Amino acid sequence: MTGSAAKDRILADIRSALHDVPRAERAEDVAVTRDYLDSHATGDVVGLFVERVRDYRATVTRVPEAEVPAEIARILAERGVRNLVVPPGFPREWLTAYDGSRLTDDPPLTAAELDASDGVVTLAARGVALTGTIVLDAGPGQGRRALSLVPDLHLCVVRTSQVLPDVPAAVRALVPDRPTTFISGPSATSDIELDRVEGVHGPRTLDVLLVVDS
Amino acid sequence: MRVALFIACYNDALFPDTGKAVTTVLERLGHTVEFPMAQTCCGQMHYNTGYRREAESLVGAFNDAFRGYDAIVTPSGSCGGHVRHHHETETAPNVYEFSEFLVDVLGVSDVGAYYPHRVTYHPTCHSLRMLRVGDKPLRLLRAVEGIDLVELPEAESCCGFGGTFAMKNSETSVAMLRDKMDNVHITKAGTLCASDNSCLMHIGAGLGRIKSGVRTLHLAEILAATK
Amino acid sequence: MSDEKVNVVWLGSPTFPNAAHDALRDGQLRRNLKHATTTIRDKRLRAVAELDDWETLRLAGSQIKDRVMRHLDEYLLRLEASVTAAGGVVHWAEDADAANRIVIELVRAKGADEVVKIKSMATQEIGLNEALAADGVTATETDLAELIVQLAGDRPSHILVPAIHRNRTEIRDIFRREMGKYGVAAPDDLTDEPRVLAEAARLHLREKFLRAKVAVSGANFACADTGTVAVVESEGNGRMCLTLPETLITVMGIEKVLPAFADLEVFLQLLPRSSTAERMNPYTSLWTGVTPGDGPQEFHLILLDNGRSATLADRQGRSALHCIRCSACLNVCPVYERTGGRSYGSVYPGPIGAVLTPQLVGVGTSKHADSLPFASTLCGACYDACPVRIDIPEMLVHLRAKVVDAHRGEKLPAPEALAMKAARVVFGSPRRLAVAERLGALGGRIAGIRGGRWLPGPAKKWTAARDVPVPPRESFRTWWRKAGRR
Ligand code: SF4
Repeated sequence: MTGSAAKDRILADIRSALHDVPRAERAEDVAVTRDYLDSHATGDVVGLFVERVRDYRATVTRVPEAEVPAEIARILAERGVRNLVVPPGFPREWLTAYDGSRLTDDPPLTAAELDASDGVVTLAARGVALTGTIVLDAGPGQGRRALSLVPDLHLCVVRTSQVLPDVPAAVRALVPDRPTTFISGPSATSDIELDRVEGVHGPRTLDVLLVVDS
Repeated sequence: MRVALFIACYNDALFPDTGKAVTTVLERLGHTVEFPMAQTCCGQMHYNTGYRREAESLVGAFNDAFRGYDAIVTPSGSCGGHVRHHHETETAPNVYEFSEFLVDVLGVSDVGAYYPHRVTYHPTCHSLRMLRVGDKPLRLLRAVEGIDLVELPEAESCCGFGGTFAMKNSETSVAMLRDKMDNVHITKAGTLCASDNSCLMHIGAGLGRIKSGVRTLHLAEILAATK
Repeated sequence: MSDEKVNVVWLGSPTFPNAAHDALRDGQLRRNLKHATTTIRDKRLRAVAELDDWETLRLAGSQIKDRVMRHLDEYLLRLEASVTAAGGVVHWAEDADAANRIVIELVRAKGADEVVKIKSMATQEIGLNEALAADGVTATETDLAELIVQLAGDRPSHILVPAIHRNRTEIRDIFRREMGKYGVAAPDDLTDEPRVLAEAARLHLREKFLRAKVAVSGANFACADTGTVAVVESEGNGRMCLTLPETLITVMGIEKVLPAFADLEVFLQLLPRSSTAERMNPYTSLWTGVTPGDGPQEFHLILLDNGRSATLADRQGRSALHCIRCSACLNVCPVYERTGGRSYGSVYPGPIGAVLTPQLVGVGTSKHADSLPFASTLCGACYDACPVRIDIPEMLVHLRAKVVDAHRGEKLPAPEALAMKAARVVFGSPRRLAVAERLGALGGRIAGIRGGRWLPGPAKKWTAARDVPVPPRESFRTWWRKAGRR
């Protein structure tokens, strides 16, 4: 802890700056009107999720659970992935049809090893339909944050039951102390002439496999 | 309903025809218009330039001059906006910008005008974003007989006047003005209309300098024109 | 790379009109700005129109910020407690020098001579890169636009897209010329296609990400109840910095604290649509202290004042601290569109810069800062666009009054002050006004009739490109009286 004197001075300055705020006023007394909508999504939430993820130029494939292994193998083969990062907790039975090599994170892979891989497959914590967002929270099958970041391809398996309609629902479902990443499409930038182009530092390819829960 | 005309000082001195036109239109619609001689300036220019003390000292006189009127009608969007937002007086809520008064209070959009020319309309910033007059001026113009109303490209972007901005930051002001004039020329309109003479004076002075031949006219003057 | 002294403003910046004078003559700059701002304006309108409760969200956003500001001391203490409980270390910095010293000590303690950086207004404001360089530490900006600015030795001109003043061809030339000096060079066949330029940045920065021991970031939000910090970004450079190095140092303005994690549901809707006009930006990272086995194992949060508590003291200026740095106000501003960001001489350009800069550095402290509140036509487009409803036009007028008041009583009043006083006297009585109008009409007609289209003195600025309006023969009030009306 540095500068407890600095802390005291800053707090004192703030308090004297707020001389107009009545002493008895509590933070909660300052009104916040929360009559914004809980969700802007109407109708088919999963369909909307698919549409919105595709808007970012990510691919989405909907499959029944039984077809997941074959579909994973197909996507990885199409993308030329021979060297796949697999986070701890990712269902082994889903990789039975994939015949390339696997990099497990135990012991932790170095950044260079991740960089040398062809791609990563993960589960997700949530999907957000309205914004086409995937939320990762480092839970089982998702791995630590670097795993879904450094490889150039991210294949993410999301269950339809994980798809929430809109941002408020997603924020309410999160566990704050987990490292959380909202992913909306592949890495992109608007830095050249304020026009969006995909593909900078994060994975340039985002493939989403949507498992239809019964 | 007792109706007062609040002309705004710069219209009084520079654009009396606008005041006459407001009177003509309102009388045509069957209203009697009064002009309280005690009125001078609402303080908008002082206020916006940072001379708040001077501006505040004009508030009382404004209120005295217009006390007792049901509607205080002004052909100045910026001064109307200023009074409504910054005068905390009994008269302030009764101030209406001309097009607002016609459409909202009197409920008319066709005032029986005739103006057989190609016209384009510039919505001035204060009418648009302070008073939120929306498309009321356009509704009034559309009802004018014989008018060829054409949309102004990038209509809602500022003309660069901004009161003393036009002097303090004259080069930026002129850069904005040039873009506005280019857009006016694209429309091939012979008349540029607005509901505030301050912006219109600025654009008109620029058009005059390049001898563009486009004439600037306050909305009230078009609405006052008849066969 | 640039080594100018910065503390909010670039020291010695000219006044806005003088800086704009040069910018307005730069045709390329004007074209680049026009192109970029018009592109994003239309997109933002579409993104915002998708949410039919946008106004309600804006209101909630502004109210939450209002709550924060009125109880800032309390929220900062809560934030400190929750970050500490989650394994982070909180530091307090009163000003730029103090914050820079803290960062330098932390970097030294790690034995590092380079850091990777996520775009952050706070670290730009305190001139951190320059301070690190003076201490032998190389800071690499990893945001694409920030990298462009850094490689060009340029100044940023926009809070979201600092290189908005550069077009693709200029960027290609900068990459070709400069990249090799600092690491992986740009490929020989580099074109000016944005996708190819982005790829060059990816290659150039990758090795730096992989070897960096220390990263420096800013923060978009920090939740007092949980200690969670949020960074909103697009490219993944942020995730790289937040995830790969062993140590993360986050410099955050004290006003960025939010009461609760739950408040993110408002701001994660407001920010992306206002800034890049997307439903959601590609990546948002949330972290709470330190997570064993995942990401940096050392986390430092530096709470920066640097003029903020002073800004808080002005009730009418306070809400400038509500800003979430979306840059919507810049993109819609007609003045910004013409002059670009560098004319503002501050790391905070555009409408928000015109109200924030003078407050952070103090009204009446320099001609430059005092010129900023006047760099606006008060057209109001910024207020309409602001996702947290900061009434920038009203605040500009308030600050103009402060500037005017700071100069009242000077021995030699400015011509404008004299004119305003004279006008006040004239407007004090309808009779004096009538006399003045008659004199003005006479003078104006003489000037006009003589073809006096070019006036001397201060009016010269008007007549440079505009005719002088010729007053009518009689004022409205004279006509009215003569017509026998009442
Ligand atoms: S002032 Fe408002 S519009 Fe401007 S950057 Fe800040 S939040 Fe965005």
